[in-house]
Amino acid sequence: VLNRLNATDRRANRALKLLALAGGALVFLVLIAIVYQVINGASLAFSKYGFGFIVHKTWNPPANEYGALSFIYGTLVTAVGSLILATILGVSIGLFLSLMAPRRVAMVIGPLVEMLAAIPSVVLGLIGIYLLLPFIRSDIEPALHSVLGFTQIFGAAQPVGNSPFAAILVLTIMVVPIIAALTRDLFLTVPRDLRDGAEALGCTRWEMIRGVVIPTTQSGITAACVLGFGRAIGEAIAVALVIGGVPAIHHNLFLAANSTAAVIATEAPSAISALQTSSLFYLAAILLVMGVTTNLAAQRISSRAGRIR
Amino acid sequence: MSAIPDPTHALTASGNLRRRQAISRGFVTATIAAAGLAVAVLIMLVYYAAKQGVSQLSGTFLTGHLPPYDGVGGGIGPALVGTGELVLIATLIALPVGVLTALYLAEFASPRVGKVVQTGLEQMAGLPTIIIGVFIYGLVTVNFGQSAIAGALALAIVEVPLIARASLESIRRVPGSIREAADALGVARWRTVVGVILPTASNGIATATILAVARAAGETAPLLLNTNPTGLGYQLNPFQAVPNIPVEILQLINSGYSAAVAKAWGAAFLLIVVILAINIGARVWLRRSERKRGL
Repeated sequence: VLNRLNATDRRANRALKLLALAGGALVFLVLIAIVYQVINGASLAFSKYGFGFIVHKTWNPPANEYGALSFIYGTLVTAVGSLILATILGVSIGLFLSLMAPRRVAMVIGPLVEMLAAIPSVVLGLIGIYLLLPFIRSDIEPALHSVLGFTQIFGAAQPVGNSPFAAILVLTIMVVPIIAALTRDLFLTVPRDLRDGAEALGCTRWEMIRGVVIPTTQSGITAACVLGFGRAIGEAIAVALVIGGVPAIHHNLFLAANSTAAVIATEAPSAISALQTSSLFYLAAILLVMGVTTNLAAQRISSRAGRIR
Repeated sequence: MSAIPDPTHALTASGNLRRRQAISRGFVTATIAAAGLAVAVLIMLVYYAAKQGVSQLSGTFLTGHLPPYDGVGGGIGPALVGTGELVLIATLIALPVGVLTALYLAEFASPRVGKVVQTGLEQMAGLPTIIIGVFIYGLVTVNFGQSAIAGALALAIVEVPLIARASLESIRRVPGSIREAADALGVARWRTVVGVILPTASNGIATATILAVARAAGETAPLLLNTNPTGLGYQLNPFQAVPNIPVEILQLINSGYSAAVAKAWGAAFLLIVVILAINIGARVWLRRSERKRGL
C-alpha cells in the first residue's frame, strides 16, 4: 500500500508518527526528570542524614535539625483513616448508583457525587477551617471522646481544634467521589445473568451483592481503594490548613500533627536554610516513592483482575 | 393439627426469610443514606461558601487590586487575570502533548510499548500535585526565579494525563467502520487521522480539555512555589510571578484578618461556581452531542 502513496503523504505519515511518539516520550521524559530533580534536591539532606532521616522524629528548623518520621506517620494515619471512611461510603454509593437507583436518579446523583472531586483543595481547606472545625469541636469530638475515649485514639482535644481527625474528614470528602465513580463502573460490568441467577435462586438484594457482585469485583474494589489512598497521601493544601502544623506523633487523633505533603507546602515557600530546603526535597522524595508504589500497586491489581475476567 | 395448609402462607415472609429481607432492606437503606450524605455534603459546601462569599461580590471586588495584608479594601482583579493567563499557557502546552500521546497510544504504539506509555500516564495522573510544584521549582524557579511560565508548566503536567486519557477514550470510540472506509479508499494514514479520526473525536477531546482547565484553575500546590507574588497590582508579564486565585485565597486565609478571610470566601465562592458550572456544562454538552450522533 505504502508505495502507492505519493512522497508528500509518506513524509506526512512519518512526521505524524514521530510527533505522536514525541508526545508519548515527553510524558516519560518528564517523569524521569521529576525523579532526578527530587533526588538531586534531596542530596544535601541525604548526605547529612542518610536513610536515618526516615526514622528520625525531630523536625526543628531553628535548630537546623530534620527528620521525617512524624510526617510519614501523619500521612499514613490521615490517609488510612480517610480510606476507611471513604471505602465504606464510596462502595455504598457505587452500589447504589449501579444496582439500586433507577437510571434517571443515578444519572443525576452520579455526576453530583463526582462534583465533590471538582471542588479545589484550597476551598475545601477554607470550608474545613470555618465549618468543619467548629462542628468537630462542638459535636463530633465530645461524642467520640465520651464513647470511645478509652481507646486513646479519640482522646481529649486541644483547644484550637486543628487535628488529624479534621484532615481525615476533609480527605474523605476528596476520596469518596473517586471510589464511588470507579466502583460504580466496576459493578456495572458484573454480568446481568449472574445477578439474575442469584435472585432467581431466592437471594435477597443484599445476599446477591455479597454473594455475587462483591466477589466478582473484589480486586477492582481493592484497586479503587488503593487509588483513593494515593490521592489521600498526596493532598497538601487542604490538609495543611486543618491538620495543625505540629511535627508530633500522637495516638490521639484530636492533637495537632502534620503530614508529609502538608509540611512541604507550608515550609518550602519560606525555608530558612539550604538544609531545610533539601530536607523538604527529601520529604518530597519519600512522598514520591509512596505515591508511585501506590499507583503501581493499583495498576497491578486491576490488570490482574482484568486477566482473570 | 391443621389438615388444610394456609393458601397465603407462601406469600408473606416469616421467620428466617423475614430476617433476611430485613437485613437486605437495611442494607439498601444504608446505600441510599450514603449517596444522600454525599449529595448533602456537596450542597452544604456550596451553600456555606455562597452564604459567606456572595456578599463580597461587587465591581471593585472583581476588578480592584489585591488587598493589603489586613485584607481591607481592594479586590481580586489581578488574581482573576493571572489565573486566566496561567491556565491559558498551561493548556496551550498540555493540549498538543495530551492529544499526541493519545494518538500515539491509539494509532501507532505496539501493544507492549503502549502499555508502558499508559503506565507512565497513570503515574503522571497519580503524582501528588505538590511534587509537581517542587519539581518545577527545582528545574525552573531555582534557576530563573518565579514566573507565570514556571507555574503554567506545573499546571500543564497536571493537565496532560487528564487530556490524554479522555482523548484516548474518545479516539478509541471512533467507529471502526469509519476508519476502514478511509483505508479502503487508499487514504494516507495522516489524512485519516487529521481528516476523519480527530474531527470525530473532537467533542470528547474538547470536553476533556475544558474539564482539565477547570481542574487546573483550582490547583494551589503546583503554583505555591512557582508563582506566588508579593505585588498587589496587575501583572501580565509571563516572565514574572503572576497573582492567581488559589494562591491568593491561601494567602488571605493565612493572614487571618477578618476582612482578608471575607475576601477569601468571596474568591472561593467565585472559584467554586465557575468550576462547577464548567463541569456541569461540559458534561451536559458532551452527552447531548453524543446523543445527536447516536453514539
